[in-house]
Amino acid sequence: MTDVGNLWSYLATTPLIWLTTTILAYLVADGVARRLGNPPWANPVLLSVLLIAPVLWLTRTDYTTYFEGAQFIHFMLGPATVALALPLWDNRDTIRTSVAPIVLALLAGSIVAAGSAILLARAFGLPIVVLLSLAPKSTTAPVALGISEAIGGLPTLTAVLVIMTGIIGAVTVTPLMNLLRISDWRARGFAVGVAAHGIGTARAFQVNPVAGAYAGIAMALNALLTSLIVPVLVRWLI
Amino acid sequence: MLHTLGILLGCQLLGEITVRGFGFAMPGPVLGLALVVLLLGVMPALAEKLRPTITVILANLSFLFVPAGVGVIGNFEVLLDDGLALLVILTLSTVLSMLATVGTFLGVRHLTGNRAT
Repeated sequence: MTDVGNLWSYLATTPLIWLTTTILAYLVADGVARRLGNPPWANPVLLSVLLIAPVLWLTRTDYTTYFEGAQFIHFMLGPATVALALPLWDNRDTIRTSVAPIVLALLAGSIVAAGSAILLARAFGLPIVVLLSLAPKSTTAPVALGISEAIGGLPTLTAVLVIMTGIIGAVTVTPLMNLLRISDWRARGFAVGVAAHGIGTARAFQVNPVAGAYAGIAMALNALLTSLIVPVLVRWLI
Repeated sequence: MLHTLGILLGCQLLGEITVRGFGFAMPGPVLGLALVVLLLGVMPALAEKLRPTITVILANLSFLFVPAGVGVIGNFEVLLDDGLALLVILTLSTVLSMLATVGTFLGVRHLTGNRAT
């Protein structure tokens, strides 16, 4: 029998182990969420992180090593964004009739997302670098990191805040909209796409296909708009 | 499946090249998305070719965020100082943004006489 230490040092150098761990953790997380009927609080991203984190901690694996394996999954975020073209295309007729609500709701949601984060961070007396890292939090990760870097934030902190925002949006959207008795799937999906990017969009697809399509449109448009408005808002509000 | 991946990656690549080449503020994959919509406008029959693979990708969209999500743990020390304040700020800001979006969306729809059907 091979020495366990040797086997481990071999496995630790290949992407295989962390790729497999990520897939297995997600299958368990998604399976649990489905069995419970996809309640808002059982977010599959959050559950997967809670499963993987102790494994990394117990094996003393740092994030860089983990990411060498997991980067293949992370890479697919790009083509997945491009893939949102299909639900957009499927809904082209209803979108054409709601151009005004889409454009104005996007402007309102995007400005409130970045503006309220900046003002609240100021009210809490957070350091300026944290405030700058926080400003682009509602847009999709790769775009948010670029903005954060450009305005003088910390991209690594921004990555964390973007994921937290996505999970918060995905968890709160259903109870919030039900409380307000909003039954229009277009409006519900669009709101979570603006405020909580791809994780919110994934939640919207879980609940309703029309909500998912509108969340996808919102996320794509907000990626564009956030990169334009955040530098301006930062100059005004700081 | 390979056709679809080829089209998605090809459009993303064209998007990245254009964005970087012209120094646009837009992210490459978003321009790639726009390219696929244009492509579908020219060839509507393409939609059914793309559908099976895209359905699988979008049904598992959450999965793709897990590696970035694990980064939350990797950066936990950064969050210790201001963690609670950040959690409050993110929750309030996200809820406010959703309220502003949904309110504007429904308000404008109502004003333009274009009700939900």
